[in-house]
Amino acid sequence: MSLLSVRDLITEFESPSGTARAVDGVSFDVKPGEIFGIVGESGCGKSATCRSILRLFGGASARIANGRITLEGAGDLAQMRERDLAQVRGRDVAFIFQDPLSALNPTMRIGKQIGEVIRRHRKASRAEARAAALQLLRDVHVTSPERRLDAYPHELSGGLRQRVVIAMALALRPRLIIADEPTTALDVTVQDQILRLLKERCDSLGTSIILVTHDLGVVSQICDRMAVMYAGRVVETGAVRDVLDAPSHPYTRALLAALPGQVSRDSQLIPIKGAPPSLIDPPAGCRFAPRCTFAQPQCTIGTAPGLHPRPAAAEGHFDACILNEVSHAAA
Amino acid sequence: MFLAISKRLLMLIPVLIGITMISFLLLQIMPGDPASRAMGTRASPEELQAMRELWGLGKPLWVQYLYFLRDCVTGSFGMSIFHKQPIIDLVAERLPFTLAIVGYSTVIALLIALPFAILAAANRGRMLDNVIRQIFVVVVAMPPFWLCYVLILWLALRMGWFATGGVGDGFVANIGRLFLPSLVVGLSTAALIQQSLRAALIDTMKADYIDTARAKGLRGREVFLRHILPNSLISTISIIGVRVSWIIGGTVVVEKIFSVPGLGSLLIDAIVSRDLPVIRGLTVFFAIMVVIVNLITDICYALADPRVRLE
Ligand SMILES: Nc1ncnc2c1ncn2[C@@H]1O[C@H](COP(=O)(O)OP(=O)(O)OP(=O)(O)O)[C@@H](O)[C@H]1O
Ligand code: SF4
Ligand SMILES: [Mg+2]
Repeated sequence: MSLLSVRDLITEFESPSGTARAVDGVSFDVKPGEIFGIVGESGCGKSATCRSILRLFGGASARIANGRITLEGAGDLAQMRERDLAQVRGRDVAFIFQDPLSALNPTMRIGKQIGEVIRRHRKASRAEARAAALQLLRDVHVTSPERRLDAYPHELSGGLRQRVVIAMALALRPRLIIADEPTTALDVTVQDQILRLLKERCDSLGTSIILVTHDLGVVSQICDRMAVMYAGRVVETGAVRDVLDAPSHPYTRALLAALPGQVSRDSQLIPIKGAPPSLIDPPAGCRFAPRCTFAQPQCTIGTAPGLHPRPAAAEGHFDACILNEVSHAAA
Repeated sequence: MFLAISKRLLMLIPVLIGITMISFLLLQIMPGDPASRAMGTRASPEELQAMRELWGLGKPLWVQYLYFLRDCVTGSFGMSIFHKQPIIDLVAERLPFTLAIVGYSTVIALLIALPFAILAAANRGRMLDNVIRQIFVVVVAMPPFWLCYVLILWLALRMGWFATGGVGDGFVANIGRLFLPSLVVGLSTAALIQQSLRAALIDTMKADYIDTARAKGLRGREVFLRHILPNSLISTISIIGVRVSWIIGGTVVVEKIFSVPGLGSLLIDAIVSRDLPVIRGLTVFFAIMVVIVNLITDICYALADPRVRLE
C-alpha cells in the first residue's frame, strides 16, 4: 500500500527557447513512514518532480501535461482543482525548500508565519496558534523559543531558520513532507543536525519524506528507498541497499564509480564526464547513450527505455537500461 | 530609533549652513543693486538709500550673511519686501494648501495606481498589461498646464461638477475645491507608482516565500493580501517620498492655474515682484522640507521593513 503513487508524470516548462520536458514519464511510490531519496545531477528534474506533486511552480510557467499523482485517501492531485489542492497543501503534504532564508517572508514574524498554517487548516484563535507555534519550536529544539516567536527571519542563523521551516512543515502532522535539498544552503556543520532532526521528528509522527539530495552518503544513511534520475526520467529505483550495493544502470554505476571508496558520509555526487541532453528536444532512445560506455546501436532508437526488473534483481529493484532487459540478457 | 532620529536631525545643521550659503550667494552674484532691483527705476536716491540701510546692504558680506542666518535660525526666514511680513508667516498661510495637495494627490495616486498595478502584474506580458502601460505613458506625456485646462473645460465648465479654481473655507469645502489640482498632480504620481509597483509585484510573486505561503495551503487571495502586496508596497515608499518633496515646491503651474494660494504660487509671485528675501527664504525652507521628508521616508521604510535599520 502506497501513501503516494506517481505514475507517468510529465511536466513541461515554457521558456523563450522552447518547451522543456523537465519531468518525462516519471513513476515512483512512497510508502507510509518511509524516507524516499531522489538523486541525480543538476537539472535532471528532481525539483520539478517535487513541485509537480503540490503544483508549486513559483513564477515559472509550468504545467503537468500527463500522469497521475495519487495520494492515499485524497485522490489524484494532478487532476484536483486548485481550491481542493490548497486543502491538501500544508495539511496532508508539506514542502521544505532549499534556502530557508528566501523561503521565509522577510517582513513577517516567525510566530505569525508558523501560526498561519495552523489557522489556515484549523479553527484557532491568534493566541492558540501562537501557543501551538511555541510548542512546535520546542519540538524542533529551537533555543529560547519564546523570544524567537517575535523574531524576523534575518535575525536567525541559517540552521535556526531551517528548524523554523521544519516546524512549519510539521505543524499539522502531515503524512508526507517533500524536502528539496533541505540542507544544501546551510553550513556544513549544521547539515547533519538538521537532517537528523527531520528524520527524528518524522519517525515519531510516522511522516514519510521525499528527500532530494546530492549526497549519496545521506541517502545511504537515512533513506529506505531511492530513485536515480537522469534527464527528466527515473533510470533506477529500489531499496537503497540494493541500488547502492548492486547498481545496475550504467549511469548509477558511473556515479558510484566516480566516488572515492565506499559510499559514506559526505559522498557528494561527483560530476561524470559529458553533459546531459537538452530537455527541449531530447534525442531518441536512451538519453544517457552519449555518455554511456556500454552504449549499443540499438540504444539510440525509438522511445526512451522504461523501468523494468533486471534478471535476478532484488524485489522492487528496477532500472531503465535496455541491456538489462530480459530479452537481451537471455540472448 | 529615537537616537537615530536625533542624529539625523543634527545632520541637518551642516546641510542648512550649506543651503543658506548657496541661496545667499546666488542672489548676491546677480548683477545690479538689490535695492534698485527691488524698488524699480522710479525710486528716488533717498528711498534707495533707506532701503539699503534697512537691509544692511552697506555692511560687509559676512555680516549680511550672519543676519540672514539669524533670520533662518529664529524662524522668520527674513522679511518680505512686498508683503512687509516675516516670510514664515507667509509660509504658514500657504503651507496648509500645499500640504493638502500633497496628501490629497497621493491618496488619489494610490487609488488609481493600486488597481492598475495589480491588474498589470496579474496579466504581465499580455495585452491588458501593454494597454495599461500605454495609457500611463500618455498620462505622463501630457503637459500639466494642458491637462489642467482640459479638466477645467470638461469637468468644471461643461459638467459643472467642480469649481474652476480657488479654495474654500474648511475641510469639506476644499475636498471639492482641491480635487482637480490634486488630480493633475496625482496622475503623474500614479504613473510612477503604477510602474514601480507592477515591477515589485511581479518580483515578489516569484519569491520563494510565496511558494512557502502557497505550500501552507493559503488561497490565492490570502497569499496576495498577506504576502505579495505588503512586501511589494514597501518599494513605493521611496517613490512617494520623492514625489512629496517635489510637490511641496513644484506645483507652481497647477497652483497658478487653479488659483490655489500655496507655496508654489508664493514663489512665483515673489519672483515676479522681485521680492528677493522671499525667494531666498523659500529656497531655504524648501531645502529643510526635503531633508525632513527624506527623514520621514526613511522612518517609514524602517517601520515597514524589519531588515532596514535607520542609520
Ligand atoms: N523556472 C524554470 N523555467 C524554465 N525551465 C525550468 C525552470 N525550472 C526548471 N526548468 C527546467 O527543468 C529542468 C529541471 O529543473 P529542476 O529544477 O527540476 O532540476 P533539479 O534536478 O532540481 O536540479 P538541481 O539539482 O540543480 O536543483 C531544467 O533543466 C530546466 O530545463
Ligand atoms: S540503454 Fe544503452 S546507452 Fe542507455 S544506459 Fe543502457 S547501455 Fe547505456
Ligand atoms: Mg532542484
